[in-house]
Amino acid sequence: MRDSDRKAYDEVAIAVPVTIPYVRHSTRGAHWFAARALAALLEGSGLEKKGLDGLCFSSFTAGPDNAVAMTQHLGITVRWLDHIPMGGVSGIVALRRAARAVQCGDARVVACIAADTHTLGSFRSIVEDFSQFSRDAVYPYGAGGANASFALLTDYYMRTYGARAEDFGKMCVEQRENARHCPYALLRKPLTIEEYLNARPIAEPLRLFDCVMPCAGAEAFLVMTRRRAAELHLPHAVVLGATECHNPFPDEPIQTRGGWALDRDELFSQAGISRHSVDLVQTYDDYPVMSVIQLEDLGFCAKGEGADFIRSHSFTTNGTFPLNTCGGQLSAGQAGTAGGFLGITESLRQVTNTAPGAQVEDARFALVSGFGMMVYDRGLCSGAAILERAG
Amino acid sequence: MDLFARRPVVCAAPSGRRSRVAQPMTAAAASGQFELQECSVCATVQYPPREACCRCLSDELVWKHQSGAGELLSRTALHHSHDPYFRSRVPWHVGLVRLDSGVSILAHLPADAPKPPARVWVEAHLDRKGAGVLVAFGRSDGAGLTEDPRLQEMCSDPGSANVFVTDGGSLHSQAVVRALAAAGAARIWVGFESAGDSFVVPQGLCDLPRVTCLRMDVTDEPCVGAVAASIAGEIDIMINTAAIAQSRGVDAARSEMEVHYFGLLNLARHFVSPLSERAIRTRRLCPAWVNVLCVSGLRGYPSWGTYGASMAAARSLSECLRVQLREAGVRVVNVYPGPLDDRRSEQHQVPKLGAPAFAQSIVEGLRAGVEEVFPGEVAQEWFHGHRGRQL
Repeated sequence: MRDSDRKAYDEVAIAVPVTIPYVRHSTRGAHWFAARALAALLEGSGLEKKGLDGLCFSSFTAGPDNAVAMTQHLGITVRWLDHIPMGGVSGIVALRRAARAVQCGDARVVACIAADTHTLGSFRSIVEDFSQFSRDAVYPYGAGGANASFALLTDYYMRTYGARAEDFGKMCVEQRENARHCPYALLRKPLTIEEYLNARPIAEPLRLFDCVMPCAGAEAFLVMTRRRAAELHLPHAVVLGATECHNPFPDEPIQTRGGWALDRDELFSQAGISRHSVDLVQTYDDYPVMSVIQLEDLGFCAKGEGADFIRSHSFTTNGTFPLNTCGGQLSAGQAGTAGGFLGITESLRQVTNTAPGAQVEDARFALVSGFGMMVYDRGLCSGAAILERAG
Repeated sequence: MDLFARRPVVCAAPSGRRSRVAQPMTAAAASGQFELQECSVCATVQYPPREACCRCLSDELVWKHQSGAGELLSRTALHHSHDPYFRSRVPWHVGLVRLDSGVSILAHLPADAPKPPARVWVEAHLDRKGAGVLVAFGRSDGAGLTEDPRLQEMCSDPGSANVFVTDGGSLHSQAVVRALAAAGAARIWVGFESAGDSFVVPQGLCDLPRVTCLRMDVTDEPCVGAVAASIAGEIDIMINTAAIAQSRGVDAARSEMEVHYFGLLNLARHFVSPLSERAIRTRRLCPAWVNVLCVSGLRGYPSWGTYGASMAAARSLSECLRVQLREAGVRVVNVYPGPLDDRRSEQHQVPKLGAPAFAQSIVEGLRAGVEEVFPGEVAQEWFHGHRGRQL
């Protein structure tokens, strides 16, 4: 546990969850998805462009442009700007940055947007040049991209803690059940455990349905004061607690835990709730093993007991532990950095009772977890946030 | 011909891109050494390579020999890769190794590598692109490369290969032919200079199985072109042994340049294209072009005089060829013997290299997959005294 005298995120509201429908491949640029997201934020909030004065932008595929260029592309003038290319933790970090800016008055309304395209070959170029370490020590081994890294981790986890393919499969099957009613999910067809186990191998022991499907899309939300949200009559949530951690446990030979293991007590103590009060959880589910590690590190079960946790819970929206309630990335697809926003927009919909798919009954507290950036042999960024239904 | 028939993907080499800080690993691997960065101040070993020590931030980093011993933590078989080279060679095996020095390494594995957790030994080798990569074996005898159906492409085992030795006129090159035959070469062509209309072949050489003798004079460009037209499309390994005896005087100096430098240039003009074209389809080994040079080509020895100057010219040309042929997945191997035990070296009062030992060092160099071979005591002395400053 870390010593902390962090201020609360009082008076900060998060509102207007936006999803620009995902497509497997697109001939549009990331800027197109960003423009559609901004238009949807304005339409959803009733604000004019001049009503926004902050932008927080995430993308892997907008290059050579960053958040600065995006202001000119989108024709907006802001007095607060941040660029957060942190993959799966982009949403949590964007929320933390924007919340403080709004709380301190540096900005009144911040648009947080993650937009990525997926053209033929674009994923390979991201993978090939993802980092200097990746270029020197991962890509030349045929192992560029996350599949190989998570295969090595899954192999280690299964052997060390006795998890079975059937356990990960149960989690994937139940998440897919959640996706069935979600219009945003690219994969909505029911998945059976047999289909999961018989799917073609991708990187042993990972099979097809263990791996997120890269796609194009955007996710976005607005951060503003609660007063402003009320003036605009926007359903919104408040931020009870949020943490981030980068490069935790650098000396461990292989990553079996993330920064949540350092931050979980601070997260719940800042939020002022117990983990048993949480109504739904959105993990960063690029691979099932990573969801399990997040559940362990956040304290829902002990390290190594993830498989038992899966066996003793059901993860559908009406189950004992609603998890990844829109199907998660494993069903929705992974639209680049937007994958790091998905848990936030879905949580926001659940606690404001506006989910287009299956709704968790009377959802009040949502926990969102983010994870990202396999720079070499492990994901360096982890973060989490707890949202509460406002009012 | 069916234009739409499915053909195997032709991709001779993986991506060879590396950061500047990672280049020394390749330089060490080129002569069979496994070196990693060590901090001169706090002795931390680190990988992947960095600009500063990740513990004490000192920039006094030196590349030091590593034992390679470590533990295989996990492994995977990739059934997909974003890199076309690996994608056309799946399943490809990689593993995560914790070296005893405390760094985690992603390494290529032979298919028969042990199941983790297991002791392994990491070696540095050159991949098909000539870039340094790490390979972990379940044994420490250093002979694992030639036995794996995928990793054998990182070396040039003469077993089952078609080999051309450009000049069989010396006892040392005849020893090379015998060593190749003993190593199981499929076919061996040996060139001999003509004496009038015919050429003289030493007793017994053409009686060896699978050996064909032909007329070849590297200084005679039409002759080189004719030989290339008849056999170059079938060659896996070419060993240029053409050299003349050392003598004094300006005429001798011109002859040395004629054979060592212009001879190599003639070979380059006629053999680069056909060797490259064959190489792009070759997967059983890394096709190789071996140039037998001399340690006197690396620095000036007064006793070698102009001979060393001609070898330096040839070495420079050979290094140009190396860069050019890397793109096609052909390895250029430079062999730098010290004084050979023949007439050429009678005046040298140093240990001389016998023909069988010389020949064996070439075969071993091909099997080890190195780019630089230093046969004999004088060459080894030079190698250990000067490597890093001149190579």
